[in-house]
Amino acid sequence: MEQWLESAPGWTNVAVFFGLGALLLLVVLGFVTYAILAERKVMGFMQGRIGPNQVGGRLGLLQTVADVLKLLLKEDTIPKAADRPLYVLAPIIAFTPSFMVLAALPFTDAFRFADIGVGLLYYIAVSGLTTIGVVTGGWASNNKYALLGGMRAAAQMISYEIPLVMSALGVVLLAGSMNLVDIVTAQDNVWFIFAQPLAFLIFFIAAVAELNRVPFDLPEAESELVSGFHVEYSGFRWAFFMLAEYVYLFAMAALITILFLGGWHPVAFLGWIPGSVWFALKFCAIVYVLIWFRATFPRVRADQLMEFAWKVLLPLSLVNIVLTAVIKSLFF
Amino acid sequence: MSNIYANSYLIVFVFLCLGVLLPIGALTIGRWLRPNVPDEAKATTYESGNIPFHDSRIQFQVRYYLFALLFVIFDVETVFLYPWAVVYDQLGLFALVEMIIFIVLLAIGLIYAWKKKVLRWM
Repeated sequence: MEQWLESAPGWTNVAVFFGLGALLLLVVLGFVTYAILAERKVMGFMQGRIGPNQVGGRLGLLQTVADVLKLLLKEDTIPKAADRPLYVLAPIIAFTPSFMVLAALPFTDAFRFADIGVGLLYYIAVSGLTTIGVVTGGWASNNKYALLGGMRAAAQMISYEIPLVMSALGVVLLAGSMNLVDIVTAQDNVWFIFAQPLAFLIFFIAAVAELNRVPFDLPEAESELVSGFHVEYSGFRWAFFMLAEYVYLFAMAALITILFLGGWHPVAFLGWIPGSVWFALKFCAIVYVLIWFRATFPRVRADQLMEFAWKVLLPLSLVNIVLTAVIKSLFF
Repeated sequence: MSNIYANSYLIVFVFLCLGVLLPIGALTIGRWLRPNVPDEAKATTYESGNIPFHDSRIQFQVRYYLFALLFVIFDVETVFLYPWAVVYDQLGLFALVEMIIFIVLLAIGLIYAWKKKVLRWM
């Protein structure tokens, strides 16, 4: 990858990047397939049941593949009242940024794609675009539940984006760079989860809210909005909203690993284990915690949700920035 | 250096293309495979089994608008804070004091909105 990044740009580069990008896409699709299965299995385990165990052996290894095939074969209905062009466009707008953010994430020092100087900002900016897809879907469906879900999603995503960005500022302050590779390098000695515990907490909570996962899954609350902005979507169009959500799960878990858990750095003396294994371990731990949350927490109320972002997380993250800056200028 | 820059954004562009191609490709394949038997009932808007009444695109509460305004203010604040954080090492104490004043000013704005009950969601 290094040599391709340094070579003069041209059509060969485009072809190589396209091939590697397609490979990553397959890896991500594989991850999504088994993340869904893992989620169902872990939740089953936590709720004292077995989970999928019919398709693909005792572990249900082909369950998600069967589900995707079923979705592919479903009839596609578009309501008469819907705004057709927007309705068709919305899943694509929601999905494309979720894959674009992966371009900036370094998985190990060798296995990474774009080396962007403003990597963190790029991630935050591009991931914000998905909100447009969600609102577009809610609006275009011309359904009351969908519109309400879409508006809620927008309000929630912009509210939690502020603490998310502000808490990441502490990391940027310590690392002195927004390049994600530099941020990982800066964690050579101390992981930022120990140097920035408050920022980690805020970032993690805001990340769960940005992912629209339990306990912040109000935009698609099944029991009150009959699943929110994608009520009217069926078949593969619906699948792309779901896919976007799980690709963001992948991206966000990777980003948290990079920002706070030291990326591919090993623990203490265990340096002989390759960096990619370490990255995968930390990544899986984050994904597991997110699944655990889903099985544990009840959904928060809409008013609690908004007030928590503005009255608790935002002031805390402001305090964190000032504290970090003061400590840094006093002691370093 | 400039090669890395150009190539990086080339990668971003390639990822954009892939991200658009996958849904289009999958939906096109789906079009060949899935059944298509449209009828009147399938094309109605879902409203928990009731016959849908009037358009759902109504005027929305002003609260969403207020939160969007607050978002814009604080997002711009972060845009100012990021460059400051990156070059913080070279700037020294003066920049720290300046930035604390800036953050306090915005915190006052937040407290004002709080007191005016803008942050209440009901």
